[in-house]
Amino acid sequence: MTVTDNPSPITTRLDGEAPEIQVSFDILKRGAYASPVIVAVCAVFAGLDGVFSALYGMVLVLVNFFCAAGLVAVTARISLGLMMGAVLFGYIARLGLIFLAVILVRDASWISLTALGLTIIVTHLGLLVWEMRYVAASLAYPGLKPRPQ
Amino acid sequence: MEALSALVAELTGDEEKAAAAASSAGFAYGLAAIGPGIGIGYLVGKSVEAMARQPEAAGMVRTTMFLGIAFTEALALIGFVVFILIGL
Repeated sequence: MTVTDNPSPITTRLDGEAPEIQVSFDILKRGAYASPVIVAVCAVFAGLDGVFSALYGMVLVLVNFFCAAGLVAVTARISLGLMMGAVLFGYIARLGLIFLAVILVRDASWISLTALGLTIIVTHLGLLVWEMRYVAASLAYPGLKPRPQ
Repeated sequence: MEALSALVAELTGDEEKAAAAASSAGFAYGLAAIGPGIGIGYLVGKSVEAMARQPEAAGMVRTTMFLGIAFTEALALIGFVVFILIGL
């Protein structure tokens, strides 16, 4: 491995495949596996409103992951400095988009805010922990990659 | 300021409670977004430094950075959910 003496984040750019996109597709796949369970739990607590709210919440979380991954993947090909700026402003923009998405449906007849809120937290954290388990195993044992799921 | 005081004086008890809940929820959301903002800035800054120094390890750093960003963002999402449950 080489270590660059005078690195410049402004001029350094990263070509090649984007691992964030792969991670996002993995998370999407795991989200598809987990969705029946989450929807069923919300259906038990909030009925049909819970089902729609859970689906809406899961779509929000997955779109959020893809937006974050897309931002990093696109800007890393241009410059690391730009990537840093995009991640920071993207964080604010994505929070704003989630806020807008929830504000737009808050008075809808089919929404249950409790189910929506809990789905957002549980799906986001649950899918991350699930993915982290796989990524940690890949990084710790590169020669022993876990079976593709 | 006087107009605001007059407006507050006209509010009934329930409306006052609703207004207090809404403003508190807004504060909670704003405060909850500050910490993750600092965390993400620190995380990405260190990752960029590492990638610029050692481009060969960029793939590993980027994967870990992406997961770190998402975990940090979960804190802001928790604040947001508290906001929608209390304030909306």
